[in-house]
Amino acid sequence: MSLATHQASTGRQIPDRLKTPLRRFLASWELLLLCVAVAVFILNSFASPYFLDPWNLSDATYNFTEKAMIAFAMALLIISGEIDLSVASIIALASTAMGFALQLGAETPLLILTGLGVGLLCGAFNGFLVTGLGLPSIVVTIGTMSLFRGISYIVLGDKAYTGYPSEFGFFGQGYVWWVITFELVLFAVTAVIFAILLHRTNFGRAVFAIGNNPVGALFSGIRVTRVKFALFLLTGLMSGVAAICLTSRLGATRPSIAFGWELEVVTMVVLGGVSILGGSGSIPGVAIAAFVMGMVTFGFGLLNVPGIVMSIFIGLLLIAVIALPRIVRQILARRKA
Amino acid sequence: MKLFKSLLAATAVAAVCIAAPAQAEDKRIALVVKALGIGFFEAAAKGAEEAAKELGDVEIIYTGPTDTTAEGQIEVINALIAQKVDAIAISANDQDALVPALKKAMDRGITVISWDSGVAPEGRQLHLNPSSNPLIGNMIIKLAADHLPDGGDVAVLSASATATNQNIWIEEMNKVKGNYPGINVVATVYGDDLADKSYREAQGLMQTYPDLKAIIAPTSVGIVAAAQAVSDAEKAGQINVTGLGLPSEMAGHIESGASKSFAIWNPIDLGYSATMLAYNLATGKAEAAPGAEIEMGRMGKLELNDNNEGAMADPFVYDSSNINDFKDIF
Repeated sequence: MSLATHQASTGRQIPDRLKTPLRRFLASWELLLLCVAVAVFILNSFASPYFLDPWNLSDATYNFTEKAMIAFAMALLIISGEIDLSVASIIALASTAMGFALQLGAETPLLILTGLGVGLLCGAFNGFLVTGLGLPSIVVTIGTMSLFRGISYIVLGDKAYTGYPSEFGFFGQGYVWWVITFELVLFAVTAVIFAILLHRTNFGRAVFAIGNNPVGALFSGIRVTRVKFALFLLTGLMSGVAAICLTSRLGATRPSIAFGWELEVVTMVVLGGVSILGGSGSIPGVAIAAFVMGMVTFGFGLLNVPGIVMSIFIGLLLIAVIALPRIVRQILARRKA
Repeated sequence: MKLFKSLLAATAVAAVCIAAPAQAEDKRIALVVKALGIGFFEAAAKGAEEAAKELGDVEIIYTGPTDTTAEGQIEVINALIAQKVDAIAISANDQDALVPALKKAMDRGITVISWDSGVAPEGRQLHLNPSSNPLIGNMIIKLAADHLPDGGDVAVLSASATATNQNIWIEEMNKVKGNYPGINVVATVYGDDLADKSYREAQGLMQTYPDLKAIIAPTSVGIVAAAQAVSDAEKAGQINVTGLGLPSEMAGHIESGASKSFAIWNPIDLGYSATMLAYNLATGKAEAAPGAEIEMGRMGKLELNDNNEGAMADPFVYDSSNINDFKDIF
């Protein structure tokens, strides 16, 4: 807080959110999401007698924890005006590298370092192409999306790496206390870290500034390319973390691992109130959105709704979320006139 | 806000509609497939429903992910564990990655079996194979012999010389060919599972052996190519192409007479048997253990080997009498 007030006192203030007639509405986006989360929770409890069971809810958290960890980093990246669509492929490559290290006799600590290291390397590669060569991130990461997963396919083909050590299984299958899984704790910890990073540090202010006006940010003395490169590194790192959790949970690596996750991660971020055009958003919003998506898919699963209906619902939800502010703005404008 | 509210209201309505009241005493058996919307699995679901009707007190939950991924199946399995279903019968997308989730299901008292595509032994109680190598080896020569009461020359058109499955089947066929007197296997050629190479190999067989009466192709690519070659040579009716094929691809050749019959697993029987097995294990009427024999209704008994795996039956024979019922399924 002191940093923000300090900046305000020097006369240069960059708002967290765009100043529109909608400002108040957007300010309460997290509240609205929270209402949705509560509503989903209540609806689910009525719809299925199995929903309100601590163990079931604990299992259900796996539906979003890994994706949400990437979504936090992705939120920062999208706020800064960039995007990384290669995250799911980074998981595949990191997981393949871990399996390869396992074949060579690596123990759990080395496996974790391998996963994190490959995630960082992939992030650095994306970051270099975007900030070093000035290429648009959406094109670069569509390319690396195929590239990273392609390498996994070449290494593995139709085979799988299995036989991970049992202590490695703790990351994706272990419980810290009662029904609280290790992944849930990791989710909470990363949420807090990213919330502080985005909302309470100079780095976070710089991210908002770049997203709102990259040229202005540059002339204000912010090292735009350096910040963006760091964000790609961070996204790669979090993909590596997710790769460790997922590989540990599955106990096996196949090149199709985490297929299609990039879209679910982006959906979480946008549902969390992050502007897809950059410049605004919040970590609490993304965390609640992750929770909402996890509970919706779990609730549908309990009712044995086919996956395709779930996809349709998530798609509608996303469109509604993007369209909603626009519609409300038009209504407000009409009332004023 | 209004939109959101109506969206939620719509969800609520949908949720209520979908949550059809299940009778409490019914055994709930989940048939989990690789992905929804695949004809083969829709047919298996039909078989499961048939078994449920026969058993009476069974509710089938037919489900699966949208993509053929292990993660998708794990989400489905978690939802099924949460519902405390009585049994899960799964065709797995990954034989290893599903093990932790299925182990958890078994820990919580759910019967778990795999069918069609198996799970590693520690992740299931038994695995149901559609057929077995000896049964397939016997079936492919029987198909040729059935239409050759006086015997004659037959040739085998296989996939590649290194194809494990085909080699085993041909080996099994050679073991039992003494049971079919008069049937003379003159050659084995390899089309490498390529349509054009298989076609040329079939042409070569017809030229080399003018008295050839049948071509046995235990590969879905080879059988179609050979049937095409026989049709093009206008020898449909003289040379019978048989082996293992898919009804959708073979329907035309059955109609033209180039192939009188062929075989492949029947997905309806597979879904039916999986349901019967899951029911018998879940109700405690049978135990999965090496050497055990478990009832599967009209399909007879499943005999388990040391790995708790068993073979359902002979491959199912398709001919002009039933091809139209199956050609749209798979």
